Amino acid sequence: MTSASDFEDPIRKRIFPFPSPHFLSIDVLDRPTADRLLDLADAMVAVNRQDEKKLSLLRGRTLVNLFFENSTRTQMSFELAGKRLGADTMNMAARTSSIAKGETLIDTAMTINAMQPDLLVVRHSASGAADLLSQKVSCAVINAGDGWHEHPTQALLDALTLRRAFPTIEGLTVAICGDVLHSRVARSNVLLLQLLGARVRLVGPPTLMPSEVERWGADVFHDMKAGVAGANVIMMLRLQLERMDGAFVPSTREYFRFYGLDAEKLALAAPGVRVMHPGPMNRGVEIDSGVADDPKVSLIRDQVEMGVAARMAILAALAARRPNAA
Amino acid sequence: MAISLTTPSATPSRPTAFLNARLVDPESGYDGPGSLIIAEGVIVDVARRPGLENLSPDVRTIDCNGAMLAPGLIDLRAKTGEPGAEPKETLKSAARAAAAGGVTSIVVQPDTDPAIDGPAMVDFILRRARDIDLVHVYPAGAATQGCRGEKMTEIGLMREAGAVYFTDGDHTLVNSKVLRRILSYAKAFDTLVAHRPVDTYLSAGTCVTEGEFAARAGLSAAPAIAERIMLERDLALAELTGARLMVDQITTADALESLQRAQSRGVRAIATASINHLSFNELDTGAYRTFFRLDPPLRRESDRQALIDAVSSGLAPIIVSAHNPLPAEDKRLPFSEASPGAVGLETLLPALLQLHHDGRVRLIDLIRAVTLAPAEALGLQTGRLSPGAPADLVLCDLGAPLVVDADRLISKSKNSPFDGRRLQGQVIMTLVDGRIVHHIRD
Repeated sequence: MTSASDFEDPIRKRIFPFPSPHFLSIDVLDRPTADRLLDLADAMVAVNRQDEKKLSLLRGRTLVNLFFENSTRTQMSFELAGKRLGADTMNMAARTSSIAKGETLIDTAMTINAMQPDLLVVRHSASGAADLLSQKVSCAVINAGDGWHEHPTQALLDALTLRRAFPTIEGLTVAICGDVLHSRVARSNVLLLQLLGARVRLVGPPTLMPSEVERWGADVFHDMKAGVAGANVIMMLRLQLERMDGAFVPSTREYFRFYGLDAEKLALAAPGVRVMHPGPMNRGVEIDSGVADDPKVSLIRDQVEMGVAARMAILAALAARRPNAA
Repeated sequence: MAISLTTPSATPSRPTAFLNARLVDPESGYDGPGSLIIAEGVIVDVARRPGLENLSPDVRTIDCNGAMLAPGLIDLRAKTGEPGAEPKETLKSAARAAAAGGVTSIVVQPDTDPAIDGPAMVDFILRRARDIDLVHVYPAGAATQGCRGEKMTEIGLMREAGAVYFTDGDHTLVNSKVLRRILSYAKAFDTLVAHRPVDTYLSAGTCVTEGEFAARAGLSAAPAIAERIMLERDLALAELTGARLMVDQITTADALESLQRAQSRGVRAIATASINHLSFNELDTGAYRTFFRLDPPLRRESDRQALIDAVSSGLAPIIVSAHNPLPAEDKRLPFSEASPGAVGLETLLPALLQLHHDGRVRLIDLIRAVTLAPAEALGLQTGRLSPGAPADLVLCDLGAPLVVDADRLISKSKNSPFDGRRLQGQVIMTLVDGRIVHHIRD
């Protein structure tokens, strides 16, 4: 029988104070910090797989989830991460709060700030909202998705997933496919995967590609078959249903025919290819169920598991740089 | 800089001599040492030498110590909140801000609530301006009723009442038939019609210019070409009708090319450039700083450079402040939700002078763009240093360092993108019709 402190030791050894007061974008990471963060997250995976999952690292700390956009998995993942680190966590959803009564983002932030939380997780539909909030509060802010801008913890969990599925991320060819234009997941992933030495491809119809995307240092493909040919990893992006019906693509069936991932397109990838999706999936729109559910190929469930570990790592590192950190 | 007045009290009737000044007069093309005498609210004598002999003892003298004495600035595009949104800015606070910035004439925009869309509203603005009695305030009249872009206003009656040009301000005239009729009709009165060109289908719901910056920031963006697309239509309609078109705040290199082509075919179109687009590019937005959210949005550096060249060459001969006061609650929001616009009356001259200090544009060309050029566009007598012209003057220490502090602006709204910037050029004194309306005391 091991005591709590015994299994916390390997974790404690890996904790380091995060170099930035907030985690708003992947661009605050350099290679050594990214590696340390992923090492820490890796250690958290082991904790999450044992019966006793509760650590005391963040005991006494308060984590607030402030979600202005609906989310199930990200919010749950952060809540669980906070709880497993021993923090008190609470959720605030826009629908049920004073935001629905017309309070502004900053007023809400000031109100929450006055209650002295240590960590504030924010999701908002406007790009830059987490950045704005971070200027007005005294706690550490974690961006859980701001508009089309970034979703840095998603990139972190994706990197953790890949690190565990492949010997190294260095040199992997990763094809990110679908609605790159509106995807914060794609932006964060391009930054982190390139930092970690992967070759990134962006695949999708021209209407769903940001302008001057060729300057992101990724190879751009409008033909998905060419885009996935020889890829080690295919990362599918969710296509919002309101973007179909002639707005950005003509129809669901046309999109699936040319940009959906099915067995035929998958066969063009490198041997041992793995498939990822940030969820929630639109089966039959961007991904075929047979591919998504194939345990030999799909990493989608691993991603969800790694999400909790990756978030535990960033929460612990941010808390370690707070004043009075244990 | 110490500016000494021989007598502290000033009456407009008493002659005043400005000695030892650097006169900058775009009408004569003179930029050099000189002196100038005003009396009864007008300029009575201009001399190209620093001192004047045999001055009568009742002439008050002001030693300018080499500071620039130029015609007071004329700003063809200032928004206030009056009527309808007075907490943002009143005509009085705008006039005080103008005086502090060396701006002696402002043209206020008609897209207020209610809009300046009839002779009574024009008269309202003029009466308020008379009561405030600080700087010249000219109303621009709405081109369509309520600035709704549908029905033409009483252009002739408003012109008689004192409207100096016609525009729907920030509202786009989407309907080509409506703009065509306005241009045709305005031609009968030889009045200027202003329109800011943008294809609203491309720009709707966007907040920045399409490109690498917007894509990385994840902000919804309109292509820069949205300006040229609408400008080509506007120029074609100006050609069709033979009317005088003022392109409001041209911002892109592409649009400038279109304008040049049209001008070479004889189309009667001129353009204004906003001080913001001459001073900043899209990268100044940085991490979602909403004071840089403007409409039109900031462009790339190559566009800014093309715009500066256009001011030098006379393709965009007029510089405007695009003064648009917005309260904190309209700016302390996520970038895409913030209102576009910036205050600019008080910073117009020092911001302009950066282009001179950088050696980019000749001082006299910059001064022309905010004095003589707008005066000629509207047919005003001011904007020049010649005997008989109104004594609307600005005295400015060109080299004086200045750190802009938005909180200390006179404007009721503090949304200045120049906040915290180090500029050079301090307005020492502003005179309107020979009367001192602003004076910095040491």
